[in-house]
Amino acid sequence: MHEMGIAMQIVEIAAASIPKNVENIQVERVNIKVGKLSAVVPESLKFCFEIVVKDTPLSGARLVIEEVPVVARCNECSAEWTITGPVFTCIKCNSGSIQILSGRELDIVSIEIADP
Amino acid sequence: MEIKVVRKVLDVNDTMAQQNRSRFADEKVFVLNVMSSPGSGKTTTLVKTISRLLPEIKCAVIVGDICSTIDADRLSVTGVQVVQVNTDEFGGDCHLAAHVIGNAANSIDLEAVDLLIVENVGNLVCPAEFDIGEDARVVVLSVTEGEDKPLKYPLMFRVCDAALLNKTDLLPYLEYDKNDAVKNILQIHPDMSVFEISAKTEEGFEPWIMWLKERVKKKLA
Repeated sequence: MHEMGIAMQIVEIAAASIPKNVENIQVERVNIKVGKLSAVVPESLKFCFEIVVKDTPLSGARLVIEEVPVVARCNECSAEWTITGPVFTCIKCNSGSIQILSGRELDIVSIEIADP
Repeated sequence: MEIKVVRKVLDVNDTMAQQNRSRFADEKVFVLNVMSSPGSGKTTTLVKTISRLLPEIKCAVIVGDICSTIDADRLSVTGVQVVQVNTDEFGGDCHLAAHVIGNAANSIDLEAVDLLIVENVGNLVCPAEFDIGEDARVVVLSVTEGEDKPLKYPLMFRVCDAALLNKTDLLPYLEYDKNDAVKNILQIHPDMSVFEISAKTEEGFEPWIMWLKERVKKKLA
């Protein structure tokens, strides 16, 4: 629901990462990671990015999203597994004391610029 | 050529949230972020909660809505300081961001406050993603919303410390499986505190008020 704001943040951070000393840079890709547990819908984010990116130094860039699975570790028995459904108890010992190792990401990884 | 960036998209918000957190620590103010879907009874719950906390715990409220001051008007009957934030000035945002809380807190006399309650914009999705510098998060879920809501909005139920299952006075009129709802909450967040309450009749309020008081006093100590 807030994908437009997220897209604007991505463009702002990515634009600030463009090297200052090179002219006519074309940013081709912005690579980001989105955890499956984050409140962001990848398709909506791509749609918003396409709108927001116009008339910015990133004009024409593509947003490439790597979705990160929700991985948990049990604090009791140290089991590690990927959570695919809405159950957050240990698959081995049923303990509720778990850590979420990944799945909350909303990170910009890199930008890719065209070779001059 | 690939240029590494490696930054969190919500970096700016997270930094602001940390600034809020250290400011609230300096001022010895406990901040409670209250979230829910629209119409779950947040405002009524807070009016009744504040009435039970006063005068022992001095409260103030920041209330967020896309527009209108209806909730602020309702909350002001408690006599506490209330600041209404309308997010339509920020593009109709579906949540309160950390900088908005920072600004709103400027118009509150924090020295005279023990507990700052933030009534977030009614929405079970976005507010879960935004740290505002709070000490505890609570989600209000009413029995008219269906038992499956925790399963549909897992992030919200993962990030909250307690759930208030509200409007239990309506249970005799509904085909609602309360045990199933509690089971679903605990399936998402096994060590969550769940309080069954009726904001209308105030049934079940005592354990919830004790839970909150204990946390506020711990911070003030």
